[in-house]
Amino acid sequence: MSATTADRISSFYQTSIGKKVVMAATGVILFGFLVGHLLGNVQIFAGADKFNAYAEFLHNTPSLLWGTRIVLLLSLFGHVTAVVQLYRARAEARPVQYKVKRNRGATLASRLMLVSGVAVFAFIIFHLLHFTTGTVHGDFKPDDPAHNLISAFTIPTVALAYVVAMGLVAMHLYHGLWSFTQSLGVSHPRYTGRIKASAMLVSVALCAAFASIPILILAHYVK
Amino acid sequence: MQLDAKVPSGPIEKKWDQAKFDLKLVNPANKRKYSVIVVGSGLAGASAAASLAELGYQVKCFCFQDSPRRAHSIAAQGGINAAKNYQNDGDSVQRLFYDTVKGGDFRAREANVYRLAQISVNIIDQCVAQGVPFAREYGGALANRSFGGAQVSRTFYARGQTGQQLLLGAYQALERQIGLGRVTMYPRTEMLDLVLVDGRARGIVTRDLITGEVASHVADAVVLGTGGYGNVFYLSTNAKGSNATAIWRAHKRGALFANPCFTQIHPTCIPVSGDYQSKLTLMSESLRNDGRIWVPLKKGDTRSPSDIPPSDRDYYLERRYPAFGNLVPRDVASRNAKTVCDEGRGVGPTGLGVYLDLSESIGRLGIATIRERYGNLIDMYERITGEDPYKTPMRIYPAIHYTMGGLWVDYNLMSTIPGMYVLGEANFSDHGANRLGASALMQGLADGYFIIPYTIGDYLASTKLEKVDAAHAAFADAERGVKEQTARFLASDGKRTVDSFHKELGRLMWEKCGMGRTATGLKEAVVKIPELRERFWSEVAVPGTGEELNRELEKAGRVADYMELAELTCRDALARNESCGGHFREEYQTPEGEALRDDDNYSYAAAWEWKGTGQEPALHKEPLAFEHVHLAQRSYK
Amino acid sequence: MRTFSLTLHVWRQKNTKDPGGFVAYKVPEVSEHMSFLEMLDVVNEGLIVKGDDPIAFDHDCREGICGTCGFMINGDAHGPHRGTTVCQLHMRHFQDGEELWLEPWRAAAFPVMKDLVVDRGAFDRIIAAGGFISAPTGSAPDGNAILVPKPASDRAMDAAACIGCGACVAMCPNSAAALFTGAKIAHLNLLPQGQPEAAARVVAMVGQMETEGFGHCTSTGQCEAVCPKEIPIEVIARMNWDFIKASADKREAKSRGD
Repeated sequence: MSATTADRISSFYQTSIGKKVVMAATGVILFGFLVGHLLGNVQIFAGADKFNAYAEFLHNTPSLLWGTRIVLLLSLFGHVTAVVQLYRARAEARPVQYKVKRNRGATLASRLMLVSGVAVFAFIIFHLLHFTTGTVHGDFKPDDPAHNLISAFTIPTVALAYVVAMGLVAMHLYHGLWSFTQSLGVSHPRYTGRIKASAMLVSVALCAAFASIPILILAHYVK
Repeated sequence: MQLDAKVPSGPIEKKWDQAKFDLKLVNPANKRKYSVIVVGSGLAGASAAASLAELGYQVKCFCFQDSPRRAHSIAAQGGINAAKNYQNDGDSVQRLFYDTVKGGDFRAREANVYRLAQISVNIIDQCVAQGVPFAREYGGALANRSFGGAQVSRTFYARGQTGQQLLLGAYQALERQIGLGRVTMYPRTEMLDLVLVDGRARGIVTRDLITGEVASHVADAVVLGTGGYGNVFYLSTNAKGSNATAIWRAHKRGALFANPCFTQIHPTCIPVSGDYQSKLTLMSESLRNDGRIWVPLKKGDTRSPSDIPPSDRDYYLERRYPAFGNLVPRDVASRNAKTVCDEGRGVGPTGLGVYLDLSESIGRLGIATIRERYGNLIDMYERITGEDPYKTPMRIYPAIHYTMGGLWVDYNLMSTIPGMYVLGEANFSDHGANRLGASALMQGLADGYFIIPYTIGDYLASTKLEKVDAAHAAFADAERGVKEQTARFLASDGKRTVDSFHKELGRLMWEKCGMGRTATGLKEAVVKIPELRERFWSEVAVPGTGEELNRELEKAGRVADYMELAELTCRDALARNESCGGHFREEYQTPEGEALRDDDNYSYAAAWEWKGTGQEPALHKEPLAFEHVHLAQRSYK
Repeated sequence: MRTFSLTLHVWRQKNTKDPGGFVAYKVPEVSEHMSFLEMLDVVNEGLIVKGDDPIAFDHDCREGICGTCGFMINGDAHGPHRGTTVCQLHMRHFQDGEELWLEPWRAAAFPVMKDLVVDRGAFDRIIAAGGFISAPTGSAPDGNAILVPKPASDRAMDAAACIGCGACVAMCPNSAAALFTGAKIAHLNLLPQGQPEAAARVVAMVGQMETEGFGHCTSTGQCEAVCPKEIPIEVIARMNWDFIKASADKREAKSRGD
């Protein structure tokens, strides 16, 4: 019956709801990664050695490192593919635009999901070239991630760019974190307010914690 | 012409059973060979189309709206009656029957009303099964309320949107049949003529309201469920598109029109605010359960209502009708409002309004309870008037709401044209001279779900119908007539809009044939209406072409029909020298000012036969016998 | 009584094929007590007398329940007032000298027929696909045979209040019909009577919604903000849940009887 199962998954994915489910599920995975990533990164506050030891542990555990990388890549691929398909259909759904259009009842975050999403995607690529491959890093030492981090964020424009990027991530996360409950159909009006508030709290806290790294490095708090 | 109502013999409670046994059946395998046209998609039309398709007939359904879900049944607020006696408060089929005949002021056909009361219980079952979200008690059972002066709680309701929910139930059943391919739906399509072949209804001619295409549709039977003609008054609670064109054109093809002067004026509508007024909005009369109606005691008292002390207020309904108070039937409440306004005691900028005051109930029950009961109505009032009924009394005034008259039908709902059936408000059958609250929905659904499926089969099974197609000369003639009328409108180089004529006609009707009628006034109207009609045809401006969406052209056709129907309505009112229900002739009233019937001379349904434009119509009478409900003067004192 | 003047910029389009464009109209005397549609009636009366084509707009009951009327006023579906259809929107909410842009609902699934009139037949087809309970006339048990808990009945009624006007689609940045479809599914799937067909219903209706070419839901909540019956987007979540569950549960029928 494998053909039937494949057909069934395919016909589920054909619908916009199916695609939204993929976006919600992959979004949750990507969010989970962010939490892990943050826990790793804040070790910089415990000193360069601690941080480097953490990086070395990852490199010495290829199953964890590559396992994570593969899951993330697939998630990102799913997330982006679905959104590209949805937005292509969206353009067809309204061939003539309004001359005047208000956005009543919609948050800025919800309306700018595509913009923040594209920006975050661009940031991820830059981030990989910056700290993983070192391609765009002026002073990259493959064996000293702590050095790479500190030397990068002592440059004010780089630090600022990262802080701005975190703002965009927060925005994207805020809407994503509450709307995934809608997409998966697990929301309830009694909790909607709390879900939105929690989404706001989590996304802001998470991104503020991330942003604290460049800020504190720039302020020479971390050396 | 001898009118044969075809009422089955036997005791009244067995008549419908007897009829169902006597009516011939169409073999199940043969049903798909028969085609039926249903015009209108309200409660009557949609329920009929769905039920007939379920039986296997090929159905074509037509509506002028963009979707069958928008028919004006959707606007009914209050509820639907049924003799379920779920409340154990003494209701029964017999009592609903009795209340309806009495409420109709003894001008309805007993056998039809009894059947309506019997079927009422099936309607609720059917609607619940379809998913109509009726109000419920905490235990999960259906809730009821007392409505429109009934002394038992037999009204089922879905908040203030009962009509909407019932219509959606019927609409969904209809859409199911459309999805199954058993009904072909023609939205935005207007019926402009009925086609007879060998004296039988064999189809209709329609105009596609988007493309303007005029087309013929052939069938073995035609069912009209096209609603009432209240818009002949221009201002009414009807939808703007509600019209009498289908029934009027069928009338001109030979269907008798019965009791056109029985028009219902609803007492609780928002008053007119200016010349631009396009329609009147009903406030459900359930508000009368908790609202007290009053006007200032003295003429010309312009103080704001809160500054008028109780001693200077006249709660005129409570004063005149201590037993029923604010809950007297609609016709009585309306007439009394007119009387106090005629005395110069009306309120609001126009002086045509009375107060409906919730303040005492708010004090007694709390604002939360009132909001729960009437919140959506009160919000609607505030949206329209900008006034807050929680703080200041609402202003209300009567408005044309429902028409009890309509095409004459026999017990089987067949008109005087063989093969043409008329359901719901479009027929005249069940409400006599006055309809009780929450009975219109009941009748529309009874006709569509539970009567027409039986009776139409009898006609099809017992009639030899020859094969006819749209090429038949009768269809070609009808199409030509429709096209000629369109061409005549478009050729006119007049300067006045259709609406301006419609408003003028409406004002005339409201003055001469509204809440109070006199022989003098009606005679005047019978002269003035044909004059107005002449001017309409020569001075009306209809822009655009016939081959596009052209609202003015649509309206012009409908107003042309109102111009003729208005005259008939006045003639009927003039011929009925008595007061009964919604028909109040000022010459015929009791010393206390109540309607005075003349049962010896007017206990009949007046069925009018069309004799041509400008010709006097011929009156045929169907005598009404009251064997089960004792004729009595209605009293709500 | 306050009267004032307005400038309207109205989308005029002769038929589906015509490209269309805006035409400006000065309205010199607007009474605050007029409804928005009565104001347009007055404009049209003037146009007809001049021999011009009046502005076509859909309307019928003019009491906010039939769902026929609706267009955009300055980018808001049904105008700026919450929980109100355009027929119940009164002019007292506007100021002297205001400029108003009137546009039809814009969505590929709602082609413009003329001026502000669109074809919403897609909604009917979504209902025909499964927005019903199959209860042929005559087959019903007694009304009280199946008790319905009051909370379920109330929630079903909240969803059933939908008037099918299309404002949700018009306002949605993605032209999604999720609120409309979700409301109907919620109405029927919340009731015990709707259970036998619950799974088939959601699959069929969502399928039809997709076929009609509506966009996807991004949970912006604009539909809920302009819905004249204030139907909450909770119904969309319910639809998603029912759809996911039905898709996962679906079993292949051994033989299809119908």
